[in-house]
Amino acid sequence: MARAASPAAAEDPAGLGRARAAGIAAPALLVVLAFLVFPALWTLYLGTTNYRLTGFAARHPHSVGTDNYTNVVKDPAFHHSLWLTFEYVLGSAVIGQALLGFVIAWMLRDAAGWLKRLVEALVLLAWILPSSVVAFLWVALLDRDAGTLNTLLHTPGTAWAIEHPMSTIIVFNIWRGTAFSMLLYSAALTGVPPSQLATARMFGANQWQQLRDVVFPHIRGHILTNLLLISLWTFNDFTPYQITAGGPDDKSDILPVYIYRTALFDGQMGLGAAISLLMLVINLVVALVYLRLLRERRLERVV
Amino acid sequence: MTMRDTTTGAVVTKIGRYTFLSVLLGFFALPMLWLASAPFNAHPTLNVSISSFTLHNFSVLLKDPYALPSLWNSLLLAGGTALLTVGFAAAAAYALSRVRVPGRDGILYALLLLSSIVTGTAAMVPLFQLAFKLHLIDSRLGVILVFTGGLIPAAIFILKDFTDSTPKSYEESARVFGATPFQIIRHIVLPLIRPGPVVNVWGSFLIPYILVRNPDKYPAAVVLYTFYTEGGQPNLALISAFSLLYSIPVILLYLFVSHRYGFRFHGGIKR
Repeated sequence: MARAASPAAAEDPAGLGRARAAGIAAPALLVVLAFLVFPALWTLYLGTTNYRLTGFAARHPHSVGTDNYTNVVKDPAFHHSLWLTFEYVLGSAVIGQALLGFVIAWMLRDAAGWLKRLVEALVLLAWILPSSVVAFLWVALLDRDAGTLNTLLHTPGTAWAIEHPMSTIIVFNIWRGTAFSMLLYSAALTGVPPSQLATARMFGANQWQQLRDVVFPHIRGHILTNLLLISLWTFNDFTPYQITAGGPDDKSDILPVYIYRTALFDGQMGLGAAISLLMLVINLVVALVYLRLLRERRLERVV
Repeated sequence: MTMRDTTTGAVVTKIGRYTFLSVLLGFFALPMLWLASAPFNAHPTLNVSISSFTLHNFSVLLKDPYALPSLWNSLLLAGGTALLTVGFAAAAAYALSRVRVPGRDGILYALLLLSSIVTGTAAMVPLFQLAFKLHLIDSRLGVILVFTGGLIPAAIFILKDFTDSTPKSYEESARVFGATPFQIIRHIVLPLIRPGPVVNVWGSFLIPYILVRNPDKYPAAVVLYTFYTEGGQPNLALISAFSLLYSIPVILLYLFVSHRYGFRFHGGIKR
């Protein structure tokens, strides 16, 4: 233990040495640098080139300055895609998943054990099954000729995914992702003091008044956390591609699908990178807001 | 029980509540009924029905040249990612907690932030180009490295708690780090392998879809997609049996987790 007295040993009690420590940490840092940090920075550069998957520009890409960015900003197809993405995130996550998740959590908070377990199991299963499986389940459900939905509704010949592509992927994503909101709100609701709810009931408050005056003030932080996370995930969700592939006629061409089709299907990598940069920036903004929220809440707890 | 429970209003509320719950159950169960029925239907259609029970669809699955190998490929991707992430992150967390690096926590936070921003979707273009330049197209290692890069920051975070709290003197930490394999598994590997990321890699579609060109190396997610999108009448016997087989590990993991720990919220991040 004499070693611990010297300042060098205090900095490096394991006697590891900086060089060896760096060596041990190197594989992780290299992978992170190459496959996480580099792609983010490379997007910036790639967006300023005319890089293509095939042809002359594939071998000899050159800089086109900010052309890609100005072209994207002016492109009606991009505006269309952005608007669809907004509809998709707002409809399926902010409204759909958050609302349905809360309603389920609220209704099941004192439901019978088996009912609660059954509902939770089904909602969770929809969330954790592989995306290719659930995508095909919905393709089968909505099929024009033999789909179960048409049999149930007596609407033979209705091709739901073709006639209502946006509604299809929005309802699909509500089905797919409500589990997270349900779990989060269930956990949040256990933190609402039952005595306050009882008091509100005693004074004749109806359900809505109880929610507004007692429940929401308690779970405000959870609501915000939930909205930010599910918006981020829904914004980055590629699963709709496996149901509608952006079609028909770009009618469900949300941003991830638009990037895929531009960059990897049409081969316009430079242009695709320019659009990707916008996605990265939006992700960054949402993540920073989320971090700020976490810090504020930690401060509140300290105070 | 107060008087108000017996009024008609309360009855209506109760009826409304159970109606809603029934509709809800229907909404969530309906798409999954096909997954439970079609694999055992002798003449599977897209509709939910069992005309005559059979296990024949699973023998169709065995004969398909891509079905079973693709499950093996998915297992390699999930297992390889878990191994690399745990190995690399454990080493890095150990080194970082033993040697003082200026601004260490700040860097770690920045990496964690970056891993939630640089998603496969937002970074598919540079990731594809990177894999192309490094000759990692068609390589399982390429897919594994992409996943590993995204998971390491969170893994280091989880592990740092452990390495920071272990005794700092070389002799004492040697007892843990030079310890028996059983102890290493118990203290390092098990806390790190979380069902969330494993299930995610097992089900992931986009990254292997863009990085793997050779059908022999397709994981199950990509093979299933090609089964129903590429050419002609989809083979429903094959698709249904394959979907079920591909889902079973996830269902078993869910049953295990909910039985053992209760599927409650612990702040795990999915997707």
